[in-house]
Amino acid sequence: MTPELKGYLLLSTIKMLVVFTIIMIGVALLTLMERKVSAWMQNRHGPNRVGWAGLLQPAADGVKNILKEETLPALANRWLFTIAPALSFIPALLLSAVIPFAAPLPVDFDVTLGPLGRFVHHGPMPMVVADLPVGFLFVLAVSSLGVYGIALAGWSSNSKYALLGGLRASAQMVSYEVAMGLSLIPVLLLSGDVSFSAIVAKQQAGIWYVMPLFLSFFIFTVAGFAETNRLPFDLPEAESELITGYHTEYSAMKFSFFFIAEYANVVTVCAMITTLFFGGWDIPFTDWDRSGGVLPTLATWLFFFLKVLFWVFFVMWIRWTLPRFRYDQLMSLGWKVMMPLALAYIMVMCTAIYLIEGVLGVRSPVLGSLILFALNLGIAILVFGVLDSGVFIRGSGARQKTPPARGAPAAVVG
Amino acid sequence: MTEAVFYVFAACAVATASMCVLSRSAMSAVLWLTATMLSLAALYVLLGAEFVAAIQVLVYAGAVMVLFLFVVMLLNLGHPTTDMRGPAAMAATVVIAGLLAIQLFALWSYSPDRLAAEIAQAPEFSDPASLFAAGQATRDDAVARGVVGAVAAPLFEVYLVPFEITSILLLTAIVGAVVLAKRKI
Repeated sequence: MTPELKGYLLLSTIKMLVVFTIIMIGVALLTLMERKVSAWMQNRHGPNRVGWAGLLQPAADGVKNILKEETLPALANRWLFTIAPALSFIPALLLSAVIPFAAPLPVDFDVTLGPLGRFVHHGPMPMVVADLPVGFLFVLAVSSLGVYGIALAGWSSNSKYALLGGLRASAQMVSYEVAMGLSLIPVLLLSGDVSFSAIVAKQQAGIWYVMPLFLSFFIFTVAGFAETNRLPFDLPEAESELITGYHTEYSAMKFSFFFIAEYANVVTVCAMITTLFFGGWDIPFTDWDRSGGVLPTLATWLFFFLKVLFWVFFVMWIRWTLPRFRYDQLMSLGWKVMMPLALAYIMVMCTAIYLIEGVLGVRSPVLGSLILFALNLGIAILVFGVLDSGVFIRGSGARQKTPPARGAPAAVVG
Repeated sequence: MTEAVFYVFAACAVATASMCVLSRSAMSAVLWLTATMLSLAALYVLLGAEFVAAIQVLVYAGAVMVLFLFVVMLLNLGHPTTDMRGPAAMAATVVIAGLLAIQLFALWSYSPDRLAAEIAQAPEFSDPASLFAAGQATRDDAVARGVVGAVAAPLFEVYLVPFEITSILLLTAIVGAVVLAKRKI
């Protein structure tokens, strides 16, 4: 191996360890954050006994889960039952490898580490474990694998609640993946590239994509909620109907693996929202963050962290605010609203981008984005007006506004 | 190094594919086939076709196999009691295995020179050499246009008409599936 390759491998290993540690600790702290946020929204205190203000609660939970008994249902498929938690956990962690979390850091070293030999690296080091050329396609691909863990957990438990949860989860994730993938095509139209670093660079040159592509952002966020099985789309584990769905039969560490996977997925979706629509690690209104050096890297890292944290908070906010959808509502929203909306939006954006760049000849990305933003505002008002009018989705309270006609059977459900 | 990685994933693909054929439970067969798809995706990455690899995982491992899994779960096949045995099944096995062996043997005798000669004699429309420059030029192209652009350009420029015909074919298939699945529309 050449010293350059060895230096590259050394840096990659360090980055892997750092990202893995941050994700694992972050996920542990997110369980605490979830409980604290829910307590705050419900006017309670939340966990506050273990450690300062409950800060050691995740550690206590972890110790409890490790020490608990691992149960195996009598008629469960032992192999699949055991690997299912890992199958949902591994894709969730794989995704954290491809998202750039800070500005490239210039690294120059030339050291000899005893018997390992010489390690050399010169030039900027991208602050991402693997800067893949396929970018968000990799994220879509790997997140589509997460469904295996859930479906297999439901099937192998040999329990009707778990099976129903697993089936619901697979159907839901496959359905919303379509809308999620389609919502990213306008991003591809504007950026011209799928790799995350190229998308971040394009947003730095123009405006954050949330403005010219607001509806993409909306569809992606909704689909992201459904993909991570978070409220209002947590049908797979609807506890009032299915106990807890696919992980009903799991206990101890296997059970908490599902939780780690869920929170890791939440972090990934939030990081995706940040990177694709909110400029990634970009600090707005300044070029200083691209100047290179240790300080800009740290500052952009902090900025990325804050943005992701906001979206994680947003996810929790939604969870403790909105009630759960009914299953048929979820499916009709996915197939009859989100997917046609995403398709129509692709058509509109294609036409608009062609008109702006081809016919009007606008070359400045900022001006073009502003025109698209004005267009998006109109579409968004229209879409939200239609969604809010109850044409597609009605609550069960709205179903029988008119009293049933005389002589008609009383229990007609529309 | 690349060669070693290739052999690892190629061995994985062959092993998981055989497990898919050999396993008795339909559920395990589906999962082994998924593993085969993932190994193939790794091989595509080694060939420099990252886009194809991503689509392989996204479509085959992520969507098609999930539907297979879904069907197997819903049908609840359990453990099959009837295996394919008896003289008729034996004869069919021998014939199919023999045909595949002949195909494999024909492929075995291929050399890069012969492949290049056959491509050179092919009609111009399907000549990949006119679209994909060899070696370094392809890599430069991928760097310049991104991995998606390198695939999209021939697809939407040279092969536009076949591409559109394929999409009409797929649309027909979708409509047909809906009609078959749903009696009353």
